[in-house]
Amino acid sequence: MPASFLFGQFLGGLTTAMFLFLIASGLSLVFGVMRVLNFAHGSFYMLGAYLAWQVVQWLTSSGYGFWIAVVAAAAGVAILGGVIERLLFRHLYGREELYQLLFTYALVLILGDAAKAIWGTQQLSVSRPAILAGGVEVFHTVLPFYNLFIMALGPAVAVGVWLVLTRSTAGRLVRAAALDREMLAVLGANVGVIYTGMFVASSFLAGLSGALVTPIQSIVPGMDVEIIVEAFIVVVIGGLGSFWGTFWGSVLYGQVLSFGILIFPSFSLFSVFALMAVILIIRPWGLFGRPVR
Amino acid sequence: MTVPWSGNRIPWTLMVFLAALWVPWLGSRYDTFLGTQIAIDALFAVSLNLLLGTTGLVSFGHVAYFGIGAYICGILMKTYGVPFALALPAAWLGAAGFALVFGFFCVRLTKIYFAMLTLAFSQIAWAICFKWNGVTGGDQGLPDVPYPDLDWMSALPGLDGLRVSDRFYLLTLALVAVSLAALRRIIGSPFGRMLTAIRENPERAAFIGVNVRRYELAAFVVAGGFAGLAGALFGIFNRGVFADYLYWTKSAEVMIMAILGGMEHFWGPVVGAATLVMLNQQITSYTEYWPFVLGVILLVLLFAFPGGIVGGLVAGVNWLRRRGGGRQSA
Repeated sequence: MPASFLFGQFLGGLTTAMFLFLIASGLSLVFGVMRVLNFAHGSFYMLGAYLAWQVVQWLTSSGYGFWIAVVAAAAGVAILGGVIERLLFRHLYGREELYQLLFTYALVLILGDAAKAIWGTQQLSVSRPAILAGGVEVFHTVLPFYNLFIMALGPAVAVGVWLVLTRSTAGRLVRAAALDREMLAVLGANVGVIYTGMFVASSFLAGLSGALVTPIQSIVPGMDVEIIVEAFIVVVIGGLGSFWGTFWGSVLYGQVLSFGILIFPSFSLFSVFALMAVILIIRPWGLFGRPVR
Repeated sequence: MTVPWSGNRIPWTLMVFLAALWVPWLGSRYDTFLGTQIAIDALFAVSLNLLLGTTGLVSFGHVAYFGIGAYICGILMKTYGVPFALALPAAWLGAAGFALVFGFFCVRLTKIYFAMLTLAFSQIAWAICFKWNGVTGGDQGLPDVPYPDLDWMSALPGLDGLRVSDRFYLLTLALVAVSLAALRRIIGSPFGRMLTAIRENPERAAFIGVNVRRYELAAFVVAGGFAGLAGALFGIFNRGVFADYLYWTKSAEVMIMAILGGMEHFWGPVVGAATLVMLNQQITSYTEYWPFVLGVILLVLLFAFPGGIVGGLVAGVNWLRRRGGGRQSA
């Protein structure tokens, strides 16, 4: 097998990985603090994609239409996430996990049908922004600028979130909330606001990744339930609640998917599910997570 | 929390079974269709509830065993021409076997990790069924699974004039009734009581010398086997087996059935299945947005009636009884 081909597979896997990281990072943040697996995260991602498409339609004349659409979509989804958390979700804290899981599943059902009602069932697509339209040839493999941008954005977001979590006061409060919610509340911090903030940030990341994926993938109903399983796998591989685990989990996922296709051509999906199962069996807390009590 | 279904003298399984027997004669072809679907979904939901309600295990991958049962039965009957009388037990044993293998790993985890691993295994099963063209038909599925040979029924008095779908309904009903009776016996047995003890407090159960994992695994295998039975019946009822049967969203749907009816009661999932199937038929005739309606039902349930329909009814009856009792003594 020629080296350039393998390199192409590697780059393809890396692009997939960084997309998945953008999506899964929000899921991981919410799980880390609130201990809730949010099935609706995939729906937020899908809404981000649809909103971006909508804004691009409105702004066809503007040269920066795509970038405005990306920001608007992420902000719109963030607001929706905040409203849902404030009005509904907070009433389920302290209830059994099953009820929280099913609540987020109810959102999946409702948001999926709402998107269908608004945007229909046909495939929609957004063209690449003009500034990133071309590509560069590396080792006989054409690498689109857009993919390069995503490959740079993923680590940038990772470092950014990590800096906020470790260096800022807000980040310290978030980490404290993840460790011991009651103690933090006793010390006078408003845990409710921290939770809302986490949910907003996580929805923002979901909306952002949904908007950014539109030039590469067409927008279709069902992308929500498909992506959420992939994001779960990434988060579980890296370790539930571990932020860097999610980063390396997505890198591993991308490569396993990319090279899995070469080994089992028709069972590439199988290879990533099997990876998740093996990791859960050997290290249930994931590669970078810590065992929970 | 009460220990359910203890000291109950009314043979509910028998009564529901006897009432449902009359559907082919009193109802239309459509009623038979609904009845078959309700019976199958009821068995599926009750099998899940053995984990969810009785043992306190949140399995998000129960649909895997339903699908595996459906594929085993469908493949045996369609591809190999095996008679139903052999294919059905094979589906049951096969699903239980897969539940044993997958469950062996799953029960070593708890809570959210258990839910995730069950989900992972069900998606593995889905991915294999979706892609393994040679055996499962891949994304085309396995259409035209034949009806079992039910000619022997015409020898029975009163059954000779029935359509084949009516006969299959009666067969399904009988199999589901026997399965539900068996599940009820299992839950009421010392084994079932131990599962409830594990749900309430796994640590304490371990302290008194119970091998918690082994009990959980046993519950997982029993639940998987009956789910496989339901799946086998559903494949025939639906005239085909498709990879969709194993997609993760179906696990959520059956969970909604169990919770809608009420997880804390044996009959809850049955009521939930019947309610959901009938609502689905009603609502899909008005609008294509059934998932939206289901989502709203789920929200109302979670916020207003966490005990489900049966839970609400039991609470209401107890309240009336207390009021009535108070009046008599006054």
